[in-house]
Amino acid sequence: MLAFFLRRLGVMALTMLCLTFVVFYLVNLEPNLRKLAISQTEMHASDEHIESWLTRNGYRRPFLERYAAWIGVWPKKPNIDAETGKQVSRFTYCEEPSVVVYAGVIEGDFGCSTKFKTKVAEKLLPALRATGLLMFWVMATMVPVALFLGILSGMREGSKLDRALSVVSIVTTSTPEYVSGVVLTIIFGTWLGWLNGSAASATGDGITFYNFTLPVITPAIYGMGYIARMTRASMVEVMTAQYIRTARLKGLGFYAVVLKHALRNALIAPFTVIMLQFPWLLTGVVIVEVMFRYQGFGLALVDAAGNNDIDLMLSCSLVSVLLVLVTQLISDVGYAFLNPRIRVQ
Amino acid sequence: MVEPILDIRNLSISFSTRAVEIPAVMDFSCQVMPGEAMGLVGESGCGKSTVALAILRDLARIGRITSGSIHFNGRDMAKLSEHELRQIRGSEIAMVYQEPMASLNPTMKIGQQLTEVLFIHERVTKEQAYARALDMVKAVKLPDPERIMGSYPHQLSGGQQQRIVIAMALLAKPKLLILDEPTTALDVTVEAGIVELVKELGKEFGTSMLFISHNLGLILETCDRVTVMYSGEAVESGPIRDVFGSVRHPYTQGLFRSMPLLGTNRNSRPIIPIPGQLPLPHERPKGCHFGPRCSHFVDGVCNVSTVAMRSIDEANTHHSRCMRVEEIDWHAPPEAATQTEATGAGPVLLNVKGLKKYYKAAASEFFGGREARTVKAVEEVSFTAREAETLAIVGESGCGKSTLAKVLLGLETATDGTARYDDTDIQSDPIERRDTKLIASIQMIFQNPFDTLNPSYSVGSQIIRTLERFGIGASREERSEMMLNLLDLVKLPRAFATRMPRQLSGGQKQRIGVARAFAGHPRMIIADEPMSALDVSVQAAITELLTTIQRQSRTTMVLISHDLSLVRYMADRIIVMYLGHIVEQGTAEQIFAPPYHPYTEALLSAIPLANSLAKKRKIVLEGEIPSALSPPSGCPFQTRCHMKSKVSGSLCEQVVPPMRELKEGHAMKCHLPTEILDQMTPVIS
Amino acid sequence: MEFMSPFAIVLRVLIQFIPVSMAMAVLLTVSLLFKRRLGLYGFIIETGTGFAGVSILSFWLFTAIFAASVAPFDPLGQIVSMKDALPGAIEANSGLPYLLGGDKLARDVFSRMVFGSRIVLIIAPLATFLALSVGIMLGLPAGYFGKRIDAILSFLANLILAFPIILLFYLLVSPGILETPIPYALAGFFFVFPIVLLFTLFWSGYRAHPKQLALRLVLTLLAGGWLFATFVFDSDPFHILRVSPSTLNIFAAVALASGPGIFRIVRSLTLDIKTREYVQAAQTRGETPWFIMLWEILPNARGPLIVDACLRIGYTTILIGALGYFGLGMPPESPDWGTAIKESSRLMRAFVHPALPPALAMMSFVLGLNLLADALREQSLKD
Ligand code: SF4
Ligand code: SF4
Repeated sequence: MLAFFLRRLGVMALTMLCLTFVVFYLVNLEPNLRKLAISQTEMHASDEHIESWLTRNGYRRPFLERYAAWIGVWPKKPNIDAETGKQVSRFTYCEEPSVVVYAGVIEGDFGCSTKFKTKVAEKLLPALRATGLLMFWVMATMVPVALFLGILSGMREGSKLDRALSVVSIVTTSTPEYVSGVVLTIIFGTWLGWLNGSAASATGDGITFYNFTLPVITPAIYGMGYIARMTRASMVEVMTAQYIRTARLKGLGFYAVVLKHALRNALIAPFTVIMLQFPWLLTGVVIVEVMFRYQGFGLALVDAAGNNDIDLMLSCSLVSVLLVLVTQLISDVGYAFLNPRIRVQ
Repeated sequence: MVEPILDIRNLSISFSTRAVEIPAVMDFSCQVMPGEAMGLVGESGCGKSTVALAILRDLARIGRITSGSIHFNGRDMAKLSEHELRQIRGSEIAMVYQEPMASLNPTMKIGQQLTEVLFIHERVTKEQAYARALDMVKAVKLPDPERIMGSYPHQLSGGQQQRIVIAMALLAKPKLLILDEPTTALDVTVEAGIVELVKELGKEFGTSMLFISHNLGLILETCDRVTVMYSGEAVESGPIRDVFGSVRHPYTQGLFRSMPLLGTNRNSRPIIPIPGQLPLPHERPKGCHFGPRCSHFVDGVCNVSTVAMRSIDEANTHHSRCMRVEEIDWHAPPEAATQTEATGAGPVLLNVKGLKKYYKAAASEFFGGREARTVKAVEEVSFTAREAETLAIVGESGCGKSTLAKVLLGLETATDGTARYDDTDIQSDPIERRDTKLIASIQMIFQNPFDTLNPSYSVGSQIIRTLERFGIGASREERSEMMLNLLDLVKLPRAFATRMPRQLSGGQKQRIGVARAFAGHPRMIIADEPMSALDVSVQAAITELLTTIQRQSRTTMVLISHDLSLVRYMADRIIVMYLGHIVEQGTAEQIFAPPYHPYTEALLSAIPLANSLAKKRKIVLEGEIPSALSPPSGCPFQTRCHMKSKVSGSLCEQVVPPMRELKEGHAMKCHLPTEILDQMTPVIS
Repeated sequence: MEFMSPFAIVLRVLIQFIPVSMAMAVLLTVSLLFKRRLGLYGFIIETGTGFAGVSILSFWLFTAIFAASVAPFDPLGQIVSMKDALPGAIEANSGLPYLLGGDKLARDVFSRMVFGSRIVLIIAPLATFLALSVGIMLGLPAGYFGKRIDAILSFLANLILAFPIILLFYLLVSPGILETPIPYALAGFFFVFPIVLLFTLFWSGYRAHPKQLALRLVLTLLAGGWLFATFVFDSDPFHILRVSPSTLNIFAAVALASGPGIFRIVRSLTLDIKTREYVQAAQTRGETPWFIMLWEILPNARGPLIVDACLRIGYTTILIGALGYFGLGMPPESPDWGTAIKESSRLMRAFVHPALPPALAMMSFVLGLNLLADALREQSLKD
């Protein structure tokens, strides 16, 4: 058991290392660096200007050295003031130190956001909290409804109810967030005026039914159909299993069979699907946050990417990769836990 | 007069598919008396399981009872409300099925699943229910009942699971127990234990039983009366004695004649397969369904109108559905039974010495750490096989017979020892390194006909590919011609060349498998349980086909099987394996006559015999086959051996017995002293 | 400005789609007439879902083909007077109506929707096809050989899967990256796979017949060469297709995003099928591993793969839409549905009509694919 976890952690660490390296490589491509320099200086900066800005702020140091410094296994060097030759802080708005220090991710320093002119941690944590809230509500509406629909239609395969629900779930899986978001906003925001087509106010004034419903149900609708269909498939399979017949021939009624024997077995497979839904939801959340102007992780990511905010980008990728890996781990462990066949070996 | 517990009259059941309604069961009648065991026997697709489900009114949605009635305990099952039906299910009629693993809920503990039955049907407290369930677990002779109550199904072996299913069925003391092929998925020695248990419990509780099986031997051992089904109809029914003693329907007779009898072999009493094959449900012939396959068929008599079941003895107990019962001479010897000369064995073709195959197995797929354990799949195996000879390897699951076959084929390489084929050592040549000639000369016939042909290609093209691979034939046309000849060889119409595998029946696929194996003129054929997935009458046809081809081509055959009657019939020499060891080897006569190795003795005793005259000595083995991952110390068989007490000290637990030669060519691995071996009596007399 | 009545709009839209509906009518009647002889397709078209799926898909297919005659206006043309025009507004010069109104840059929403189908219908299936060949080419050996090959390939696949797609797109489809060789390298890498796949397929299957082998290899080489020239180097020798670097970039990114998923499916199918006895039979007659993988295993994995491919084309369509929605890859004036949704959703409070048509188009196309996949799955479960 312990060996298993250690091995998994090892693989996770390796995955994160590889991925951040790729991200680091991509954000440090020449065109991207120039983009950064332009947005940090002024619009019509000359080539020399850009070059000197990049050199001064350490972007011209060897690539691997900078990557190692970002991780925290190599010292971060401050800027050298061209005139005095003294060491000065690089980005003062982030209170970067003016001495050589180890200040990388493993030291807990996620760097400095050039776009928001603040420390990455300070920008990212509130954003993550906001997104966490959004994700929680999405999951909390999507999962129960999806499971319920799936069980209901898988219970009696081929029945009218099953057909109807199948059509519903196919339609929802065909409706990506940016489509349902538009349609829902038109209906409930523009025409009916019941709901707010923007969640911008949620950041300041807190979430309300009025401003938060649309951002929640938009991704929930898209994901729901998928989970419902998986649940249905699993339920259908379980309902044809021999042990369901055993239960029926013991003299149990239909609903007792469903509740006592089918349900638990039918929920094992969707559990994995639900856990793997989290990282997938991330994309949806980004779209929704952009669409409804909700100040969360997704909007931060989009802004970071648009301005090639290197440290913020890296931290964003770290967070999302971590989310993927952790949910994968939970899904594996949880699967084994739910399924005694694997658990007890 | 005693009322029957179950009274089925003129039952007909249909399944409606998209296009048509297909009758699955027609005009089926049968009565089960209190305390009686009724056998229902027939090949796959004959409708026997449909009858069972109809009794419990649990047909699939597309299935429907079109006419006839089922009375249980005097009540018409068709008139019961859902609620009444539920009350009967589980408490008055219980059922046991073929796949024990599948019939238990994988996420529920055994105890819960057992007590549930009592909670549904009786007012019991938790404690009472638990106590009664526990008693039942003890009654089905499971070791350590408390632990079993707390475990999940997958923690038990197949045999144990089936005992639990039986316990669950008997818990509410039902009046009728329906057993649908309850032992088909189990090993022979395990099966023997279950059969014994069912018989005992049936007597103890006075339960009536409906025992469904394809195996005539099992029916003979367990039942009082039997109904034989063919193509949706009952064709013969009556007391066991009558049906087995004086057959009165050509189909039943055909079944008996197509089974090898112990004590005979392919030369002395060739089996006679039933010609043709089971008609598809929507292509049943007019009149007698068995007509096209029946040797007594008379045009204008048998194919005129539906044949009715009628009584053929005074006591009105023995029934047959044949127009010509009175005219047929039931004692005439079968026509085709011509005896043949034994083909003399040629020089040694394969010489295996001290062959070992060990695997490294990770402890567990999931939480497994790094520690890999060694599975000793084959341990120190030595034997020879001669040209034109049939060598059988007998054993139950996990005995290493399939691994051995893989090494010979080059799909695995040996860990140690040699396997000399002709003049070359092949034990460590994987198939990629073998030349085409060698590959073509060792071929294989597989177990599962449904899996042995690639569903994506036509039958003909698969045979042609094999020819091409082996470099036989110069052109496409020539190969096509050879392919058609091969189809002739396995007695299939040439039109089959363009068919896709899914259009073929199991037996036909297996014929293609045979044709493919013989395409490259092999000198050695390895047949891995070639009949075990086939119906009795089809088995017979394939068996006959194999023996004929082998006789003509003087091919060596290594036959892997667990079916001792088949082995006795086909083999010249036999190797008995248990947990990777050869425990006994010798000629067929030597193996089937005392002295026996204790395991062989148990195997012999476990064969269900379809012969009412034969007497068997009962040896029921304890427990289950140990896992190859953790084999017992000393003699591999010591955990289950019934003769262990006759060996002094703890020799069996500590020392692996050496291979010891008893007679010319007969050897066994056992510590039993010679005196005891000499006193052994035949198992079957 | 003059307007048409709602009824007239509907009528006019139907009239515009006449070429499409005629083609559909022909296709569907022929399909239904000869369904008995059409194998799997025949069975699918018989079911309700299958028929609905095929109808929707053929509608969009023919719309893409006949786009030029269905659309009354140039999708990029701006007629200033028609800015934010409501549906049915009649353009004064030509006398033709903006059937579904005009967007904020005064372009015809209807024509843009019609032309938008072309972009999706080219990119989504082709990118899926690329991902499919990558997934097959790598998934087969991973499943068949197992051990080290499997460990390495699976790690790589999981690596890509651990990348949140949106981040991947932001990194790979940013405009800056076009200045680097990365998109070309990536696209070149992906476009090699179909060629390699076909080569291995023919090589393993026809080695015994040099003549047939040579013929097939030459054909593969020609087709592959054209594909390469057209897509990777944007120099189609026949000038049929033009593929701009940014489109190429989308190909590469989308293929990269769905490749690992297909890889995993192929791998697990292979793991399952390789235990079948016919695979053992092939091994015992000494077939090469690649023959077994491509000729024995792959044909029997086709059912689930086709279903998956259908779903994946739909998903790819959604991804391409998302790219458009984020303004990545596609030029800002592009008529594709994702970009159109983005453009119009900014002004949704004021004008609703430019947003709905592309949104519904997108949804119906994906719906068609999902319905078809569903019908296919049902059918393959049956036999
Ligand atoms: S009725 Fe005729 S065909 Fe049928 S079993 Fe009797 S003799 Fe044979
Ligand atoms: S050695 Fe002992 S345990 Fe093994 S078979 Fe002989 S008597 Fe039984």
